[in-house]
Amino acid sequence: MKIPLSWLKDFIDLDGLSVEDIARKLTLAGMEVDEILYVGLPMPVYKEGEKHEFKTNGIGWDKEKLVVAEIREVKAHPNADKLTLLDLYDGQQDQVVLTGAPNIFHLKGTGKLDKPIKVAYAKEGTTLYDGHAEGQVLMTLKRAKIRGVDSYSMVCSEKELGITEESDGIIILDDDAPVGMPLADYIGDAVLDISILPNMARNANVIGVARELAAMLGRELKKNSAQPSAVSGQSVKELVEIEITDPELNPRFVIGLIRNVELKPSPYQIQRRLKLAGVRPINNVVDATNYAMLEYGEPLHAFDYDVLKQRAGDKKIKIITRAAQDGEKLKTLDGNERTLTAMNVLVCDEKGSLSLAGVMGGAESEVSDTTKNILLEGAAWNFINIRRTAKQHNLPSEASFRFSRGVHPAMAEGGVNLGLKYMAEWASGAVAPDLVDAYPLPPKDAVVEITVIDVKRWLGIDLTLEKTAELLKRLEFKCTITNNQLQVTSPNHRMDIGEGIVGVADVLEEVARSYGYDNIPTTTMADALPPQVGNPVHEWEEHLRDLLVALGLQEVVSYRMTSPEKEGRIAKHDEYVRLANPIAPEKSVLRRSLVASVIDSLEKNIRYSEAFSFFEIGSVFEPHKNELPDEPRKLAIAMTGLREAMAWDVKDSPKLDFFDLKGRIELMLSGLRLTNISYTATSSYSHLHPGKAAEVKAGDKVIGAFGEMHPLVKEQYELGDSPVLVAEFDLDIMRAIAPTYGIKTIPETPPIYEDIAVIVDESVKAETVEALIRQTGGRSVTNVRLFDLYRDEKIGEGKKSLAYALTYQAEDKTMTDADAAAIRNKIVKRLEKEVGAKLRS
Amino acid sequence: MQDKLNEIEKAALAALAEVNDPAAVEAWRVTHLGRSSELMGVFSGLGKLSKEERPAVGQAANRVKVALEAALEEKAAAVKQAALAKSLAEEKLDVTLPGRNKHVGRLHPSTQQLRRVLAILAEMGFQVFTSREVETDEYNFQHLNFPPHHPARDMQDTFFIEAEGRGDNPILMRTHTSPGQIHAMRYFAATDPSNPPPIRIALPGMCFRYEQITARSEVQFNQVEGLAVGKNITFADLKGTIADFVRRMFGEGARLRFRASYFPFTEPSAEVDVECFVCGGKGCQVCKNSGWLEILGCGMVHPNVLIAGGYDPKVYSGYAWGMGPERQLMLRNKVGDIRYFWGNDVRFLEQF
Repeated sequence: MKIPLSWLKDFIDLDGLSVEDIARKLTLAGMEVDEILYVGLPMPVYKEGEKHEFKTNGIGWDKEKLVVAEIREVKAHPNADKLTLLDLYDGQQDQVVLTGAPNIFHLKGTGKLDKPIKVAYAKEGTTLYDGHAEGQVLMTLKRAKIRGVDSYSMVCSEKELGITEESDGIIILDDDAPVGMPLADYIGDAVLDISILPNMARNANVIGVARELAAMLGRELKKNSAQPSAVSGQSVKELVEIEITDPELNPRFVIGLIRNVELKPSPYQIQRRLKLAGVRPINNVVDATNYAMLEYGEPLHAFDYDVLKQRAGDKKIKIITRAAQDGEKLKTLDGNERTLTAMNVLVCDEKGSLSLAGVMGGAESEVSDTTKNILLEGAAWNFINIRRTAKQHNLPSEASFRFSRGVHPAMAEGGVNLGLKYMAEWASGAVAPDLVDAYPLPPKDAVVEITVIDVKRWLGIDLTLEKTAELLKRLEFKCTITNNQLQVTSPNHRMDIGEGIVGVADVLEEVARSYGYDNIPTTTMADALPPQVGNPVHEWEEHLRDLLVALGLQEVVSYRMTSPEKEGRIAKHDEYVRLANPIAPEKSVLRRSLVASVIDSLEKNIRYSEAFSFFEIGSVFEPHKNELPDEPRKLAIAMTGLREAMAWDVKDSPKLDFFDLKGRIELMLSGLRLTNISYTATSSYSHLHPGKAAEVKAGDKVIGAFGEMHPLVKEQYELGDSPVLVAEFDLDIMRAIAPTYGIKTIPETPPIYEDIAVIVDESVKAETVEALIRQTGGRSVTNVRLFDLYRDEKIGEGKKSLAYALTYQAEDKTMTDADAAAIRNKIVKRLEKEVGAKLRS
Repeated sequence: MQDKLNEIEKAALAALAEVNDPAAVEAWRVTHLGRSSELMGVFSGLGKLSKEERPAVGQAANRVKVALEAALEEKAAAVKQAALAKSLAEEKLDVTLPGRNKHVGRLHPSTQQLRRVLAILAEMGFQVFTSREVETDEYNFQHLNFPPHHPARDMQDTFFIEAEGRGDNPILMRTHTSPGQIHAMRYFAATDPSNPPPIRIALPGMCFRYEQITARSEVQFNQVEGLAVGKNITFADLKGTIADFVRRMFGEGARLRFRASYFPFTEPSAEVDVECFVCGGKGCQVCKNSGWLEILGCGMVHPNVLIAGGYDPKVYSGYAWGMGPERQLMLRNKVGDIRYFWGNDVRFLEQF
């Protein structure tokens, strides 16, 4: 909410405080000032090294050079039809000023004006915004000749002074503007743009902010009279009655009447404040409703009395509030016809609907150019209902903003009185006696009891009840102290204080704000440290991440949201966890495949590097109709590209293949200390190459699968020429397997190293050969490493040579060559017998 | 004979003077000290000499041999020295050529930042507690004091999951990690319902908001919350804990301020600003010229939340605070576009 400082000063004395001091106070108390816009008041000047506190914009007005002046005569320019020459007096001397302003042009040549026109006058050398430039561009007034006439100064538009973007006409000040006064002293201002928190609806108005500021500063809140100064004519009670059909939806409805208003623009001071607050001035009557709302907080609605009177015929006007019927229509004053539902509330008369309650008026009964007599509505509505209605019709308005956050029903009366008062002042109308006030459901203002212990226990500060009461009274809570208890009654302008223990917390928050968060000490917790439990699941996953990074894999983190089409390239599923309100079709469901996520990342990057090894750890989402999904944790890996990093003298590298991935997996599993791992060829994963895929088991549990991406699947992506290797592991299963932590002792006896190569049929698996070697060698063979796999015609068709490096070692003695030879012979014989192996010479 | 020996010595030394590489040194040795050298010929001819001549010639030959050997040694050293000096002078690398790199692995920046945050919290006694990403309205909102249709829900635009017949308890993507507060409190309260134990936990995880994806807003982001519940926990303690955390996270001298704020699930609530660590509070683009960076929200756990968790607010109190690792990274590393995080562009990831 934008609040001009001048308006705030109507209600609180801010002497001795800079604009930034005020903004800081408000910000710390929960009314965060997002920006300070200077519109005439001097801007703060920061020296090098000085700290900023707020985002700041705008312009300060030079007190010497920008003053109130009066135009005494409007003459024609001798050489330019579209320009006029103004004779004006700036309080010190007469000046001649050129202008092309359209709102003064019609006076050209009228001679001496009967009533001088008050304007904002900028002398030579003034810095202000260029009225003709796009946006806000500063310029300095210099002497020049325009069509033969000396020009050195100007009368200003709002754009030039930074009040609005309006550059079409000059500002015409109110008649009582004091000639010669520096403009900054007369209408210089600064606008505080304040974020209103959902629980601070009471502060969405000038008085609310002034009240908070008064509390935080310990200053007095000025109470200006909100009553019209005089009333006359027939009482409104005799002309209008009100029927509320559902007090839950409409706890109060107040109506006042003002007769014989003269519609015209509001005083400039009022227009200026409305503009700075972001509201467009319309006419004095509409402006009065907006001005009263911005000042006091009660949204008001003005009806054309005569329209309602005509609709009522010879009967008394009867205002009825009721829920709309499904499908009922109303043309709102923005010109749109709206189809309503039973959730919406309408203000009606006996002929039909008049306005969408609390959100927007109807077109038929709105104030028009010919309006003479005004019925002014101030009401209270159910905030949830208003919020839903405003959302449903996409009608965020100043009124619905306030009503949907809760406006206290007590405000309705004061709001109507204030609106009538301003209409009487600005539109010279006559206020009718009384108000029609239907108030079927007054709220019960919360009463909360707090003790010294509550304050200590919740806030950590020692405050007497008297001090606590004083802090709360500043915010207009009613306080009584009895028997070591402070009874606190919520003031009748706010609805955010609850009952019971919730009310205690609500009140303690107000105590803390009033006391100042900054004044609350900073303490170390005295409460006992709870038993430290750790989180093995989290720690295990973090360990896994470390292992994978050490193996050269880059972690990625992907969107949980995908589409069945995107993911279907890897894995097709019928059922998904589906979003009811996706932001885009490609983010319509929650992923079921983590591999698909990682492949997407790979595809996006494929042009940017020679090699990729990505992994991701995260949840996938398995749906249960109308219930929460399962969220199993998965690991996915994808690799592709070159095995070696290229360099200026490394120009070639093999491409990553199945065994690069398998090697990473072996190291990962050994890092997790999982043993009894087996790899089985598999063709049951549709996204994997049927001949280059393996399922991984730990003991008898399948923990994952990996392999080369199926060529047909790969075709659906743009993934380059290299094979793409992918793996997916089920972390919940892996984590549940008890790891083995024991390590082997390192023997101190010398080892014997020996290589043997055997020739076997192609069909014999490497795994089988190695297992036979280990089995036969027993504890004397401490390491078996396949170092070569070889095929050629000398060995024979359908045959392969497997070469192993063996380490023989005894635990208790030095092994001799003869010992080793004996073991080797046993191994060779066993291999011959079991798999028909031949020792290669 | 003496003359001959002198000749041999003179010729050898003259030849040695010409030698200047290792191969020539060896050739010289073979020629002048080798088995078939003239000097060795003198030695082998000693037997033919008379008894009287033999000792003198022997002595003289030996002297020549020692002299030549010494000269050789000196020459060899000099040649080696010269060769080394030459090779050192010649073998110069262009050290500005790039080194040979490896394909290395890294953690995603969010994981790195989550770890920094969680490590500090762990040292402060806050243990990691994780919970689900898809939640019910009850856990995400109602138990956290957001009644159905409450205006505070406007603060958290929500992704809903298709599900029927769930009334006021739809399924949704969690909008914050706070549902974990309820899960955790209920978990701990269940261990001793009549006297629930104190709690100190950290709640990390991915959260989701219904937003358009732009440089400034994302549909998912990580959050970490700290939660402490006990019989003796105050707002002053919250301030102390945050001050400790901020010192550890942003440095010894980091100034901070508490601003009154509003979250439905805490009361009193506060936003915490840290003096901009990019400009030191002077005002810059990162802090939008305010000198302060909003880095976390906090407050005393609302009584309704304690009740929902199984903790009696008349006996227990607590505080909670939450922050965003991606936001911290954006501020600290000047990441101008939040979309980088889940874009997984290697050119971004490689910079962390």
